[in-house]
Amino acid sequence: MTVQLAGASDADLAEVALTRSEYEHLVEGLGREPNRLELGIVGALWSEHCSYKTSKPLLGMLPTRGPRVLQGPGENAGAVDIGHGLACVFKIESHNHPSAIEPYQGAATGVGGILRDIFTMGARPIALLDSLRFGPLDEPRQRHLFDGVVAGIGGYGNCIGVPTVGGELYFDESYRINCLVNAMCVGIVEQGRLTRATASGPGNLVLLVGADTGRDGIHGASFASVVLDAESAARRPAVQVGNPFLEKCLMEACLELAGDPRVIAMQDLGAAGLCGSTAELAHRGGCGIEIDVARASRRETGMTPYEVMLSESQERMLIVAKPADVRSLQEVFERWDLHSDVVAVILPDQRFVVRDGAEPVCDLPLDLLVDGAPSRGAPGPRPLRAVAEDMAGIATPSWTPEEALLRLIGSPNLGSRASVYRRYDHQVGDATVILPGGDAALVRVDGTALGLAIATDGNSRYTALDARHGAMIAVCEAARNVVATGAKPAAVTNCLNFANPEHADVWWDLHDAIAGIAAACTALEIPVVSGNVSLYNDTGGTGIDPTVVIGMVGVLDDVSRRCTAGFRDEGDLVGLVGPVDAELGGSEYQRLAHGVNAGPPPHLDIDLERRVQGFVLEAIESGLLHSAHDCAEGGIAIAIAESCLLGDIGAWIGVDELGTGEGLINGSAGILFGESQSRFVISFAREALVRLHELAGRHSVPFRDLGSVGGERVCVSGCIDVSLADVRQVHRGALIERE
Amino acid sequence: MRFGIAVFPGTWSDRDCRHAVELAGHEAVMLWHKDRDLQGSDCVILPGGFAYGDYLRAGAVARFAPLMESVAAFANNGGLVWGICNGFQILCEAHLLPGALTRNSSLEFRCMPTWLRVETVDSAFTAGCARGDLLQVPVSHGEGRYVADEETLAMLEREERVAFRYVRRDGSSAGDESPNGSMHDIAGVVNARRNVLGMMPHPERACEQLLGSSDGMRLFESVATSVSGSGAMPVGAAL
Repeated sequence: MTVQLAGASDADLAEVALTRSEYEHLVEGLGREPNRLELGIVGALWSEHCSYKTSKPLLGMLPTRGPRVLQGPGENAGAVDIGHGLACVFKIESHNHPSAIEPYQGAATGVGGILRDIFTMGARPIALLDSLRFGPLDEPRQRHLFDGVVAGIGGYGNCIGVPTVGGELYFDESYRINCLVNAMCVGIVEQGRLTRATASGPGNLVLLVGADTGRDGIHGASFASVVLDAESAARRPAVQVGNPFLEKCLMEACLELAGDPRVIAMQDLGAAGLCGSTAELAHRGGCGIEIDVARASRRETGMTPYEVMLSESQERMLIVAKPADVRSLQEVFERWDLHSDVVAVILPDQRFVVRDGAEPVCDLPLDLLVDGAPSRGAPGPRPLRAVAEDMAGIATPSWTPEEALLRLIGSPNLGSRASVYRRYDHQVGDATVILPGGDAALVRVDGTALGLAIATDGNSRYTALDARHGAMIAVCEAARNVVATGAKPAAVTNCLNFANPEHADVWWDLHDAIAGIAAACTALEIPVVSGNVSLYNDTGGTGIDPTVVIGMVGVLDDVSRRCTAGFRDEGDLVGLVGPVDAELGGSEYQRLAHGVNAGPPPHLDIDLERRVQGFVLEAIESGLLHSAHDCAEGGIAIAIAESCLLGDIGAWIGVDELGTGEGLINGSAGILFGESQSRFVISFAREALVRLHELAGRHSVPFRDLGSVGGERVCVSGCIDVSLADVRQVHRGALIERE
Repeated sequence: MRFGIAVFPGTWSDRDCRHAVELAGHEAVMLWHKDRDLQGSDCVILPGGFAYGDYLRAGAVARFAPLMESVAAFANNGGLVWGICNGFQILCEAHLLPGALTRNSSLEFRCMPTWLRVETVDSAFTAGCARGDLLQVPVSHGEGRYVADEETLAMLEREERVAFRYVRRDGSSAGDESPNGSMHDIAGVVNARRNVLGMMPHPERACEQLLGSSDGMRLFESVATSVSGSGAMPVGAAL
């Protein structure tokens, strides 16, 4: 029975997370009041999570074209041409809100969701990465979230057999209440088998395959589009439960059908469940769809049409096929013991119709449903930024450089991640060439000499200080990680995690961050092919710092020519590519030593950045380098120590070679631990020095040799002299729970 | 020679095993869990994965698969059966090998390189090694802690049926570097007839230096040599 609303009450609107003015816009577009089901469906599709009503007007700034791009934003994932007739399909997506409530299932289903986005395109997933942010591990709740998320990622990825090859992990006060879980997946498909999610052909049928539909995850999309509050824990039913084994079966069956002419379109069920997926599928194809909820197999009895349409039960997929092909497709799924129901038919006109058996329960214009959410502009003028904190009044610790090195490399943000990634299968698939722990992961592509370098990056301390500048740095740093392996950056996916965009400062940060990504991607000629926006990471008025996570894929034509981050041979020289400066603003040193995040973030000269990356790529291609490591958090000293740890060999650095720099706050701290951009620490055989100087001259990049590789100590003459074993011990223990 | 590779719906090392077999110059045939035909395999590999999800107990459901009836008959006839990771768990559940694999002592999943010491060369799988050889082979499991009662452990030791033991890189006792806390540091065992091997580490992930180690290839070559006598086709011959 359909219930007509005699004007929706505030409580009705709050339940579906629509504003009064959005409701009025709906009624105007519809020419009538919606019924309760229609209101719920519109609420889900007009949620920020589905409609991008805040971010869509801004995302147009991003460059999305390039010679390699096969599929830009708009499909389930982006795709780029990597040669050999293959496409690399990838995307990053957030699962922040569910993970904050139920960390294991929240993270697990985040992995499940991003995997489906990839295999829906016909691509076999070959790598997963996770970008995680938590509050400091000084309270049990943070341990609970951190352990639960790591276990959930492992529980899903390990079971389904896709390696988790990399990612990043940061702890910061800003995530104490709202943690961030962003999952990225990369897949490979022959270009001819690339599958789209665009329905066509009126009269064609839609199969719902996989899990039965239950009450889990109802309102998940709306839930992810509002601020969390004290009631959020009671929304636990809005968090879905994952079944990785079922997804494995679904994945294998769908991959069998990739490129099969019987499959007209494939679309996974994610946010807003059956409702979101059917609407998107039909809308992309410019047709309509009629769904009969009575035909969907249920996990529970007594479910209403509303619950069936909005359920976010996991591990489900839609397949569009001609009526004559349905039976033979169902046989493929049966081989994998997967159940399938014909739940919908494609309509010629752009309507979104739902029936419960014979009874019509919803009839909405598809355009209004999918594209009708009124976009939201700036909630107010750009606020004036607070004046940068004056560092002069802040006490400086009396750490020696050596003490500072050990404190930094043993800190939660710079310490070893081995205790995390050893809980993930990072080798299944026989393709992981560079294991977790280096700059970017490197996986080879079966049947070719190709390697794909994959990295995620994003430093929220920089974006908190300057969103545009910080976002540019995130792109550059991801690119540096890729370049350090010898791979050329191919394309970007991004995940934009922000607080409540109804606040002007947050909205403008979002605006500026997107502008920053656009500027850096344009300058480096790296298109953005997919992405995700997660807003309302805010609880009770406390929001996260703006957090831009860049996922980048690069292509290395011959994986045997890869470069790694660890020092290699005794007697090699150590060099620094890029500027020597003393910028401590936003640095990890500043966090540990001063307990603040202040000052301008490090300067970025995007032209220099491009030249530096060009230099390193050419040096690796020419076989001149024995190692290359991005110089990032913790500065030169940490980069050198990390190269020592990775190579299990010491190094000696002459302090004179580092120069004295300007504006030192704490002796040599700025030089050693400042996070100036556009830098790599490299090592090479002595004989390569002359050619490297020539090459540096040709690329107009600063290059100097700093010292040499060898021994079992990390030495910077006159200020640091510590055994590698001691460095390793503090590094290894950084995340281990202390009694 | 022909390796048959079992494919349960939740198996994920099947393609890796096929890759290793083909790299070694042999033929791989995939054996679907609902079938009973072993397609003339000279050696059946039960690869890693989560056969039917393993939500109950790893391998507990898989032992009842139609394919497993044929595998058990094949093993009882002296056919070579090689269980890797989940395959080892299935072989224990199917009572083709003694003991059981329980949750790692850390209570966490572990994916990491391990060093194995070859403890017996009296099996088709290890005949190509020397006793005491060290092999670098990674593990990847949550339930790999080998347990058995005292009597069984004594029997395994007495009959030299421990195939591999976890050790440190220098060959000394694993101690707290054990990936899972297995009794007697056991990483693999053979049956009384020595034609069935179960091991938790993944040799198919250690067949190329590019991926960190090629020590696992020695086991594939050992099986081939034992079966054919004349050894493997040279690498690349299949191309």
